[in-house]
Amino acid sequence: MALTDLTIHELQTLLKNRETSSRELTRAFLTHIADTDPHIGAYITTCEAAALKNADAADARLTEGNADALTGIPLALKDIFITEGVRTTCASQILSNFVPPYDGTAVSKLKAQGAVLLGKLNMDEFAMGSSNENSAFGSVKNPWNRDCVPGGSSGGSAACVASRQAVATLGTDTGGSIRQPASHCGVVGLKPTYGRVSRYGVIAYASSLDQVGPLTRDVEDCAIMLGAVAGYDPADSTSINLPVPDYQASLKQGVKGLRIGLPKEYFIKGLDADIQQAIDSAIATLRDLGAETVEVSLPHTEYAVACYYLIATAEASSNLARYDGIRFGQRVDQGRGLIDMYMQSRAAGFGPEVKRRIMLGTYALSSGYYDAYYLKAQKVRTLIRQDFLDAFNQVDVILTPVAPTPAFRIAEKTADPLQMYLSDIFTIPVNLAGTCGMSVPCGFSRDGLPIGMQLIGRPFGEETILKAAYAHEQATDWHRRSAPR
Amino acid sequence: MKINREQVEHVARLARLALSEAELDTLTVDMDAILGYVEKLDELDTGHIIPTAHAVPVENAFREDVIGTSIGTDKALQNAPEASDSCFVVPKVIE
Repeated sequence: MALTDLTIHELQTLLKNRETSSRELTRAFLTHIADTDPHIGAYITTCEAAALKNADAADARLTEGNADALTGIPLALKDIFITEGVRTTCASQILSNFVPPYDGTAVSKLKAQGAVLLGKLNMDEFAMGSSNENSAFGSVKNPWNRDCVPGGSSGGSAACVASRQAVATLGTDTGGSIRQPASHCGVVGLKPTYGRVSRYGVIAYASSLDQVGPLTRDVEDCAIMLGAVAGYDPADSTSINLPVPDYQASLKQGVKGLRIGLPKEYFIKGLDADIQQAIDSAIATLRDLGAETVEVSLPHTEYAVACYYLIATAEASSNLARYDGIRFGQRVDQGRGLIDMYMQSRAAGFGPEVKRRIMLGTYALSSGYYDAYYLKAQKVRTLIRQDFLDAFNQVDVILTPVAPTPAFRIAEKTADPLQMYLSDIFTIPVNLAGTCGMSVPCGFSRDGLPIGMQLIGRPFGEETILKAAYAHEQATDWHRRSAPR
Repeated sequence: MKINREQVEHVARLARLALSEAELDTLTVDMDAILGYVEKLDELDTGHIIPTAHAVPVENAFREDVIGTSIGTDKALQNAPEASDSCFVVPKVIE
């Protein structure tokens, strides 16, 4: 087995026993990236020299016996995480030359552990998209079938893990942007509870919904990565001051007696037959392991997409006002004054989907429409959140599909924004409710595309969903399958 | 029609986006379709519902008023399209 095929927990042992070095490992990944990325397009920027230097520092720590969980492990980050001295574009023309002067909190935590940063990953521009086709740096291909999208917006983060171009990655999830690409690429992806991971140094899309999370080969790696980045941060006033559990320690507790809710609104007629079959088989596996399943109702599910596209775009229109061509980012100045400079810089710097969302959000917040759109959506958000809290009075975990279909074909949905938005129908409610959810591989379509199931937990119930995901994973072998080389 | 071309032009000015004629045409169609879809929310009676701004309780976060480290002027200016004498340079604002 190649070094690039191993997980964090497998590599920890090899590194600790000095059976391999971080330098050897980092070199193997850099070579593999150079060989495969021309066909995948997962990376926007690679950091060869810095990665090897950091690998040597990690090897010194490992030799001293002074290693943390991620010391010497080669990782990559969605290009939304600002990284000191490493260009950070958010896949946008407007930030194509932006070199951040400091690291965000999640990045600092990974660096403090001695993780090796291989590079920055492709994504939908400003995390707006479900297919990674909205990137100023080109689309990403699905490693299982290069005619298909990897999902989005963390499409590069998912494709990178699936094609073994990094051991694990971080993404962000505002309406499904970790879980949906994880599902489409056959990897594990977790969106933590809002407030669990600091957003400091993460370029903002919709601040009340954005959350940082890992994409990994298996559930144990997911627990390790989450533990590394979770926790209160005084620099993010929305991060929550709760202790971070040892996610890895509770993985093996099993699911005996665990109550799993199946929301009837998610098992609708018209759900793709292959998805239905894969989910049914996951449910059967969990039942065999001792979990109980109960039908539950999340009655406001059908309103989630409409609610999301008002709240997220309103917040985006406000957040993206900072790209003004003055303090950072591209400037286009035709000598016609300040306002014209703003308008030309933004017009030249943003792609079509970003413009569409800024426009929609600006409209929803504009005088005379605020109550009808933005305030109305915030009220519906209350109903959607309450649905989940009510369901969690009956069950410990909610199980659903991640997406209504497997990965779709490149260009299949680009002409119709509304159809594209509806591909996030099963993931968006979790962001609105602010709770945690993850995608776990649970099968393949007849065309050989991966399928994920979504496990949703109570607020700050990451341990419970990880435990259920781990039990299912150990009883199946979906996570051991590799995308074709 | 939920939104017409003139309204779209007005919103583009509010959003500080210089859009082409073709972009304005496409956005009028797209925004009309999306606003038609989100009208679905009107099916729900939300008269007595308290709006949710954040899913978790968020309160003002205070800290001690002590001087911490900051990145300094040089780093703060390093990404500016134009800078001079420790300042950002902007186009003339007042004629």
